[in-house]
Amino acid sequence: MKPFTSIGKIAAQGSVRGRAKGGEYSPKSIAFLLILWASLALAFAFLITLIVTTFIEGSPRLNSMLLTEFPASRPTQAGARPAILGSMMVIAFTALFTLPLGIAAGIHLEAFSDRKKWWNRVIELNVQNLAAVPSIVYGLLTLGALSALGVKDKNIVAAGAMALSLLILPVIIIVTRESIRAVPDEIRQGSLALGATPLQTLFRQILPSSVPGIATGSILALSRALGEAAPLLILGALVFVSFDPNGLLSGYTTLPIQIFNWTGRPQEEFHILAAAASIVLLALLLAMNAIAIVIRNRFQKRW
Amino acid sequence: MSTLTTQGGPAKSGRPSGLSQQSPRYGEKAVYLILRISAWLTVLITAAILVAFAIPSIEFFQQVPVLDFLFGDRWAPRFANSSFGVLPLVTATAWTTVIALSVAVPFGLGAAIFLSEYAHPRLRKVLKPVLEILAGIPTVVYGYFALTFVQTTVFREWLKLPTEAFSVLAAGIVMGVMIIPTIASISEDAMSSVPQAMRQGSAALGANRMQTTLRVVFPAALSGIIAAVVLGISRAVGETMIVAIAAGQQARIVGNPLEQGQTMTGFIANAALGDSRVGSLEYDTLYAVGLLLFILTLIINWISIAFVRRFREVY
Repeated sequence: MKPFTSIGKIAAQGSVRGRAKGGEYSPKSIAFLLILWASLALAFAFLITLIVTTFIEGSPRLNSMLLTEFPASRPTQAGARPAILGSMMVIAFTALFTLPLGIAAGIHLEAFSDRKKWWNRVIELNVQNLAAVPSIVYGLLTLGALSALGVKDKNIVAAGAMALSLLILPVIIIVTRESIRAVPDEIRQGSLALGATPLQTLFRQILPSSVPGIATGSILALSRALGEAAPLLILGALVFVSFDPNGLLSGYTTLPIQIFNWTGRPQEEFHILAAAASIVLLALLLAMNAIAIVIRNRFQKRW
Repeated sequence: MSTLTTQGGPAKSGRPSGLSQQSPRYGEKAVYLILRISAWLTVLITAAILVAFAIPSIEFFQQVPVLDFLFGDRWAPRFANSSFGVLPLVTATAWTTVIALSVAVPFGLGAAIFLSEYAHPRLRKVLKPVLEILAGIPTVVYGYFALTFVQTTVFREWLKLPTEAFSVLAAGIVMGVMIIPTIASISEDAMSSVPQAMRQGSAALGANRMQTTLRVVFPAALSGIIAAVVLGISRAVGETMIVAIAAGQQARIVGNPLEQGQTMTGFIANAALGDSRVGSLEYDTLYAVGLLLFILTLIINWISIAFVRRFREVY
């Protein structure tokens, strides 16, 4: 969208009276612009301070030991290897659980559900509400469900992946719907007019065009799950793990939980470790975001 | 928005009588069924949330009267002389939320107005994704920052404020910073979708850019801006890691933002660290507080939806 720069300039240059009283360069306008500038600058300053202080604090321990060693009671020997592997494993299973379900639900709601029926509106409203539920509630839900099923040991990869799947399911559904909605109606109508069934239209025309949008949104949702700690905390992931996680039923810890653990220790050395692990986590997230942006810019169709 | 099928399946009527019957396409029917079941599973999740919260909560409220829970001012679930008044947790949540919003709303809206109305399109194209990436920083990293930098370094060492190891002020401010990108990004979307013709009309009538922004664009985008702020509120109420790390663990009525306090989410996170047996009162307490939190965020979300409907201007 083109802002109205040119018109604003013409108005400001054209009228001398305007310049004196209510024009673009009146003291009030300039003060307003300065306030806007300041709020943008301060917002970024806050966030840059956060990143820079974390980097400065964590840099002494940002070495290969952090990646290869197991947690230890002595901070000089401790590393985050199981946490990094645990994070990756939990996110992989989260994707496996939630993507098929979320995409299928999104397709149904956007392409096949009749919005005149009240139950379809109920599903829609429900998805909207689920997206606003705090993450810790999903932790409690998973804890309650596992207790009801009689699962004793809740600190397993499957439980963590389940909680995170529930957390990002509404996001995946919403993203899928938006991507499908972005495909122009003419494409569907053309395909249907040529004799394709609605499902053939879906799988050969609409889904291929909306895959980049779904992929971008899903990666962003998964990166949110990667940084999430609260639901896993409820499930008891805050434990001393000195082994690599090796499957759905294995015990685990994740990077955010490990950072929380180290932050809570009294010794300063552990705080340095927490900062270093934060940098690793931020790097992982940045990589995921970069992939999402590349997919969006490279493959997204403009109609 | 038109759907692929208007009658919920392939067209059945209107086929010329001479043509042979279309094959039943059982495969397609199965796919439709799978899609439908997936959509209904989301409703099942909500039902599961309600059941999972209702059972322990009912057990809890059989032992603790609802009014004592809602209006009691002493929260001491683990003491021998136990007391379950939730007000200390609610006041701490209120403090952190109000502090967070008083940081996030002015800065977020200022940044959004600048990006939407003043920034060069090229600048906006760079800043908007950066803002969105910043919105994805994990909250545990914000929590670490709140505790080690804001509380310890700035408040205690630089400003020499009379505060102990934790404070709701540090947690609230950092939570506000966390919410800035969310509010800025959503309200920027709302303001940029106000049609250009409205700005041109305003300029043609002699308004300058500030007047146009404040009196034309801002009111026109109000529903989206309110939605952004309400989303900020619900994120602040539900945020866990920042308050679990930096706000403190003592549940008492907070009178001064430099004191420490335990929020509802902070209590749940802390209590979960201890090993509470399933079915014990301690375990049920988690769900009672969780239920309160869930209901609060639902109410906030409904208010948001109502506001958006009430103020939405359709162009």
